[in-house]
Amino acid sequence: MKLLRMKPGHGEVLLEEGDVDLAGDVERLVAAFSEQLEQGMWAAVPTEGGSGRRQAQMVRSFDEVPRDAERVIFFPRAAGGR
Amino acid sequence: MLLALSATTIVIAALLWEVGWPQASQQIERHRARRRRIPASDYDPGRERRAEQRARELLRSCVDEDDWAMYRDLGFVRVWGALAEGPERGAAREGLAGAPYAYLVYPHKPIVCYLPQTGRLLNEYCVEFPDETRPYGSALLPDSDDVLAKWMALTGDERRLIQTANMHLPGRQVDPRQVRRDLWRLSQWERQRIARRARAAS
Repeated sequence: MKLLRMKPGHGEVLLEEGDVDLAGDVERLVAAFSEQLEQGMWAAVPTEGGSGRRQAQMVRSFDEVPRDAERVIFFPRAAGGR
Repeated sequence: MLLALSATTIVIAALLWEVGWPQASQQIERHRARRRRIPASDYDPGRERRAEQRARELLRSCVDEDDWAMYRDLGFVRVWGALAEGPERGAAREGLAGAPYAYLVYPHKPIVCYLPQTGRLLNEYCVEFPDETRPYGSALLPDSDDVLAKWMALTGDERRLIQTANMHLPGRQVDPRQVRRDLWRLSQWERQRIARRARAAS
C-alpha cells in the first residue's frame, strides 16, 4: 500500500509505502496516515464501484482503508471558495 | 592678498561642489548598484509544468477511461450526482427529487450542477483545496490534482463536499454560455465515441 499526498507545485509525493500483512509496516503506515489527518488532509481510496465504474471512498481512519487498497491519496481539506 | 585667494578658492570649491556633486552621487549609486548582491531566486519555471504532468498521470490512473478522455479532450469531467433527494436543498419542492443530475468539474473553477435531460443549470458550487503549508510558494494544487480532488470528494462523499462548498446561482463565475457550449461539445463528443465504438464492433 502506498500513501500519496497531492502537493502544490509538485504533484503527488510518496509519503509511505508498506505491506499491510507486516506488523512493522502497518505501524509506519498508521503513523503516516494519522499525521496527515492531523495536518487537516482528507484521505481517499480509488476503488471500483458495483457497476464497474471507478469512484473514490473517503476514509477517516486507517481502519476504514480496504485491506486490498493499493493507494491512499491525501489532499487538502475542501473549503468554500469565492 | 592671501585672504582674497582663500575666498576665491572657497567660492570655486563651492561652485564645483554644486555642479559636480549630483553627477558624482549618481556615479556612486550606480557603482553600489552594480556591486549589490542580489539574492538568487529558486523559481523554477518548469516546476509547474512537471507538477501538472504528474497530476495528469495520477488523474488518469484513478478515473474511468471515458472520464480521462473527456478531460483530455474537453478540459472538464462530468460526475453524476447520487443524492436521492436531488441536487439541492428544496429540490423535492421543485419536483427535482430523483431527477438525474450531474456536475461539470473544471480545474480551479466552481463545480457546475445541471440537469442533463433539459440542460438546465442549477447551481455553482465554489470549493477550493488550499494547502496552507505552501510547500512551493503556492497554495494551489496543479489543475489536474484540483479536478481529481473534486472528483474524489464528489464520488466519495458528495454530501460533505456540497455542504462545504459555497452555493451560488449559475453565472456567478462560470459564464452560462460557456457551460451550454461545453454541454453541446460533450454531447457531440459522446456521439462520436459511440459511433466509433459501433464501427469498431461491427
